[in-house]
Amino acid sequence: MEKLSFGRKPKVLVVGAGPIGLAAALEFANFEIETLVVDELSEINRASKAICWSQRSLEILNRVGLAEQLIDKGSTWKKGRVFKAEEEIYNFNLQVEAGSKAPAFINLQQYYVEQFLIDKLKELEYPVLRRGHKVVGISLTKDNRALVQIEHDQDIYNFIADYVVAADGVRSTIRKALELEMQGNYFDEQFLIVDVKVDKSFPLERKFWFQPTFHDGQSALLHVQPDNILRIDLQLGPNMNPESEQDEERVRARVDKILGRDADYQIEWISLYNFSCKRIQRFRHGPIFFVGDAAHVVSPFGARGGNGGLQDIDNLVWKVSSVINGKAPRALLDSYDEERIPAADENLLNSARSTGFMTPKTQASIDFREAVFDLSKTMPFAREFINSGRLSQPYQYIGSALVSEDDISFCSDGILPGQSILDAPIFIGRKQTWLIDQIAIGFSLVAFVDEEKTAISITKYLDEVCRQLDLVEKFLVVASKRLNGRSKKFLCDTSGLAFERWAASDGTIYLVRPDHHIAARWKATPTISELKKAYRKSISL
Amino acid sequence: MNADDHLTQINNITDPDEFYEDLIQAHDGLSADQSRQLNSRIILLMANQIADNRKLTELITLARMSLDVT
Repeated sequence: MEKLSFGRKPKVLVVGAGPIGLAAALEFANFEIETLVVDELSEINRASKAICWSQRSLEILNRVGLAEQLIDKGSTWKKGRVFKAEEEIYNFNLQVEAGSKAPAFINLQQYYVEQFLIDKLKELEYPVLRRGHKVVGISLTKDNRALVQIEHDQDIYNFIADYVVAADGVRSTIRKALELEMQGNYFDEQFLIVDVKVDKSFPLERKFWFQPTFHDGQSALLHVQPDNILRIDLQLGPNMNPESEQDEERVRARVDKILGRDADYQIEWISLYNFSCKRIQRFRHGPIFFVGDAAHVVSPFGARGGNGGLQDIDNLVWKVSSVINGKAPRALLDSYDEERIPAADENLLNSARSTGFMTPKTQASIDFREAVFDLSKTMPFAREFINSGRLSQPYQYIGSALVSEDDISFCSDGILPGQSILDAPIFIGRKQTWLIDQIAIGFSLVAFVDEEKTAISITKYLDEVCRQLDLVEKFLVVASKRLNGRSKKFLCDTSGLAFERWAASDGTIYLVRPDHHIAARWKATPTISELKKAYRKSISL
Repeated sequence: MNADDHLTQINNITDPDEFYEDLIQAHDGLSADQSRQLNSRIILLMANQIADNRKLTELITLARMSLDVT
């Protein structure tokens, strides 16, 4: 049996080397927590699988230093077009306001994302990833740790972990070992995914057809990926034969109708699937935390699977790390379920609604959909009902037990407690950078100054706060355009966008959690004890 | 919810007879299928005028309750 050699034994075992598990390992490394990642596959699966990565996901992966590479390689798309038969009935533009590092969406094959994450893991000083290691059993020890049986080269060895992150996907072995059932809806409708490599580039748009003329099913979706690869997603209907539908000749006949008979293309990947929208009841089971598809599955329309999974680890890792590092009580771990289950439910709801619109079952649902299509030709209100997938949005933990009441002086402008931060271009001296690049890995304080005298007093105040609050690693001071260039210590909001997006005035302070969601905020600088109270709340103290 | 926010269950239309006649006449000459399709369009247009989700939910519940099904 191959012996595992570690400087010290990792406390956290991550099961599954998909994008979610790998990102978790890197985020743990940010908090100086060693992990071991095991995956039963001996290499990256070249199936392109997840392709759409949201702005929020890019911002999460920015914390592990990957945003630039992902944006660089990915295809940034903004426009979505929806057709009924041949007629374009609706289109949308995702271009969020300019002035953020990450675009609204990029398309990038999952295997690229995994490769980038693995390359980054290799930069760590200790071995992290073990391929060909398959979890075959899991149980709890008396001291509430996880005893994991792992099979490798026909041997089975035990691994005791203080914490396990179950990122082992929709067919999660750990979920099965614990006999946890997924509950929700299963749809009979079958969909065929084909990725094809073409010889020319296509416009960077998402195209969706209801009742397309080139395909006798109900809907079709076309996405553009890097390397001239197209994602084609065809609704086939129920009761199709999974074997014959994946036959290459049959698939080619379908693709020919879309790309034209003379089109030159190679088939990269074929997959047939059914929708489900379901989740396990709780994501935390003692020291075991379920993330991503292991915890919840949604339909692919809306890109809520991969992006939802990244938000899971975004929420989980700082909590587990803070507990391991002795900075926060174990009670903080309970908040993973409290914050991520409503998030999963929001994704499930949106996904089920999209599926319902795409696969109308009753006469009434068929009638209403026809009515929507017809009315939307002339009346804009009806276009809002057309649901070809509602694209992933970051879940906002408003009302969470970790989040403080909002300061009413903001009149609900800016970023509410619980919401994720908004990016803005910012200057340090003459160098332009992004606000998200400046915010720390741990808790941080973001202060805004617009007056000379505040600029002088606030640094002293923030130094004192950081000294008193264990986990607050860093503060940053954003100086208004008016104070531009007065001090190299401050970030300058030359564009005014940071002040605007954060609804800031002189002395405004935001307490930002390690997952870059807002814990609390004050329009005017709070007393240290007020700040302390909000901070303690945010770590379940 | 304020009492004012509830849907009124007494007649609220200025001229109910006129509306009723319009509604019925709109279906003149339509097949049963076309009538269903017309109703769908009317419902969507009306919903957009009512606008408020809570009202719409209450309205759907009221209608469903008045239907003698279990």
